[in-house]
Amino acid sequence: MASNAHAPDSQHYYVPHGSPWPIVAAIALFTLMWGAVAYLDNWGGAWVFLPGPLLLLFMFGGWFHTVIGENQLGIYNTQVDRSFRMGMLWFIFSEVMFFGAFFGALFYARVLAVPWLGGAGARGLTNLILWPKYEAAWPTNGPGHVGGDSFQAMSAYGIAAINTLILLTSGLTVTIAHHALRAGNRGRLKLFLALTFVLGFCFVALQGHEYYDAYTKLNLRLTTGIYGSTFFMLTGFHGLHVTIGAIMLLVVWLRVLRGHFTPRQHFAFEAVSWYWHFVDVVWLGLFVFVYWL
Amino acid sequence: MAETTHAHAEHDDHDHKPHGWRRWVFATNHKDIGTMYLVFSCIMFFTGGLFAMTIRAELFKPGLQIVDAGVFNSLTTMHGLVMIFGAIMPAWVGLANWMIPIQIGAPDMALPRLNNLSFWILPFAFVLLLSSWLVPGSAPAGGWTMYPPLTLQLGASFPMLIFAIHMMGISSILGAINVVVTIMNLRAPGMTLMRMPLFVWTWLITAFLLIAVMPVLAGAVTMMLTDHFFGTSFFNAAGGGDPVMFQHIFWFFGHPEVYIMILPGFGVISEIIPAFSRKPLFGYEAMVYATASIAFLSFIVWAHHMFTVGLPLSALLFFMFATMLIAVPTGVKVFNWTATMWRGSLSFEPPMLFSLAFLFLFTIGGFSGLMLALVPADFQYQDTYFVVAHFHYVLVSGSAFAIMAAVYYWLPKWVGRMYDMRLATWHFWLSAIFFNVLFFPQHFLGLAGMPRRIPDYAVQFADWNMVSSIGGFVFGLSQLLFPYIIWKCVRSGKRVEGTRAWEGARGLEWELPSPAPYHSWTTPPTEAMIARGAEH
Repeated sequence: MASNAHAPDSQHYYVPHGSPWPIVAAIALFTLMWGAVAYLDNWGGAWVFLPGPLLLLFMFGGWFHTVIGENQLGIYNTQVDRSFRMGMLWFIFSEVMFFGAFFGALFYARVLAVPWLGGAGARGLTNLILWPKYEAAWPTNGPGHVGGDSFQAMSAYGIAAINTLILLTSGLTVTIAHHALRAGNRGRLKLFLALTFVLGFCFVALQGHEYYDAYTKLNLRLTTGIYGSTFFMLTGFHGLHVTIGAIMLLVVWLRVLRGHFTPRQHFAFEAVSWYWHFVDVVWLGLFVFVYWL
Repeated sequence: MAETTHAHAEHDDHDHKPHGWRRWVFATNHKDIGTMYLVFSCIMFFTGGLFAMTIRAELFKPGLQIVDAGVFNSLTTMHGLVMIFGAIMPAWVGLANWMIPIQIGAPDMALPRLNNLSFWILPFAFVLLLSSWLVPGSAPAGGWTMYPPLTLQLGASFPMLIFAIHMMGISSILGAINVVVTIMNLRAPGMTLMRMPLFVWTWLITAFLLIAVMPVLAGAVTMMLTDHFFGTSFFNAAGGGDPVMFQHIFWFFGHPEVYIMILPGFGVISEIIPAFSRKPLFGYEAMVYATASIAFLSFIVWAHHMFTVGLPLSALLFFMFATMLIAVPTGVKVFNWTATMWRGSLSFEPPMLFSLAFLFLFTIGGFSGLMLALVPADFQYQDTYFVVAHFHYVLVSGSAFAIMAAVYYWLPKWVGRMYDMRLATWHFWLSAIFFNVLFFPQHFLGLAGMPRRIPDYAVQFADWNMVSSIGGFVFGLSQLLFPYIIWKCVRSGKRVEGTRAWEGARGLEWELPSPAPYHSWTTPPTEAMIARGAEH
């Protein structure tokens, strides 16, 4: 009967009690931002940036610990579960729009800004007066050759192609893991979830290698004009998201090892797998528009 | 089974009201968080107001008297940022927190702890932004729109501005996610989408806009940050980028942003006019569709803010016509509000007075917006005081008046006491009259060619500037009445009897006792209650 008191039903609204974690989160965010400001404005050494991320990690640990504990007690009903799901979906939508800003910048530069600098359309005068020798092409570091006279663009057929395979495969493995979870096959779930985050970390490692090549062999840097800017900001933010996603997959895997999740209720697993698919889809956009075309 | 649930609820942590600082710092109650948002907004309203008063004092007569040109630029920039992100947006989120759960029959917001976080990020964000006054080079001075290359040349305040914007953005996105989830998941049984009050509808659409565009702003300012510190070339033509690209990305955020600030106001007006006309809202469904149309159009009109930067002719034409299309759904709204009053039994309490002022003055702002939408005319108006007059008509007599109308409408429900109606009427007339003294002459100044964002001006503009400044001082001072009236109401207002503070008021909030209990709708409202509220 004890579980009945917490039974998922629509008669009883669940309102969580107060928690110290949100205010810790606000303070952590503030510390992080102040640290970044102090570091960038040269008000102290690099150490001023450190407290923010540490506090943020502490907060994530504590907040998730609380929520996972409450979840394991079974006090979240189906309505709460639905709120969490919707929240996660809208959060992913906001992430899509964040990437949209950078894709927008890429398209604007390639379709409008660079051709205009080369004298296209009504912008002939800009080219004639400011940069008469500049011929528009992509990739480019602009008429001023910002970041060096020559550089090589990143090929789509090297690491990028391998990484595409890795990420697509990981999308498949996470789906197999999901089916296994719903079928109650814990062994297969553990295996395929582990495969997923291992693939994720492989992706990040290979991307690190790709960056190393870019800096040492291709003379391609963040400072290499608009091409370097869009290449590193888009792939960099994506790589950051893959890293976060892989860490989340790892945490979910550890929870699976502890026996968490049931075939019917496994919000965290689903949220992370949605996030993983989102990261996957963004990568396809990157592969096509940043590497390939 | 029902008994078990009941017994459980009684010894739950959340059933008693927490005391002391914990109640606010660890708050998960939507009413407490709503109150904090509103108090914060009020503080920011007067902070931004102080900047505005200094601006008007400097512009009282030609020449430089009070501040130097650099400080003047910081004042206009900070006035914009504080009013938009600190006063208006948090006021709407505060009202959403207070009203949405009790208007849809929900016990609280869907994600109460996230709600707490959304609020508490804000004071920290504004500490960060406002402390930029103290750093070398003083506060941001490149305009609230942060255009490069000017804003890239700021001093130590540059990263403070960027990270403060990031924090405000995170707060807005989390708050908006909470609103959407609350409305989609926590409506009481029987509260179908088309029975929701319009304030809930307009906020649902606003929240969607917020989630869609705040991340784009975050992207834009991130590019600024890397251009400034890490050598990227997004906004540097020498590297193949384009400073105009910032304007495109910024206004892709910025135009929906102006609807974020006004749509909840449309909702409020759509609640108040029927209540004081003692008639159901005319054309409820049309109002919903009009709001959705305005939200959709807001995504495809952004370049009307940049007609003079040298856009291709085809872009000028597209953005001009798309912008003028917005007049259609907005016209539907103005028509419906007017039709609601037609043959109604009208009375003119303060919420209705502010709503009527909204109707007239926002429409003037809409018309000047239509003038600005015309490309050839805009070539003349661009960056003049005409633009300043236009957006203050939509933001002050639009958004701010709607916020005041909302507070005067729902305050008796919040505190269970009635405010001093005579004093509030004084507040209204002083605001409405001196708002026009303040901003109407700015139309003339702009048409005569006075540029915006300048600390000094040609003597030909002297007379109307003096009139405008006088209007500004009286308008500013009369706003002090607002917190005084609220404080007096909370302390010693006359108690409100029964559930309805206004005889014509409809909706679930008026089915609750006044003041609304700390936890409301812990059991869903009945079908009869919902039906009474949804008579349209």
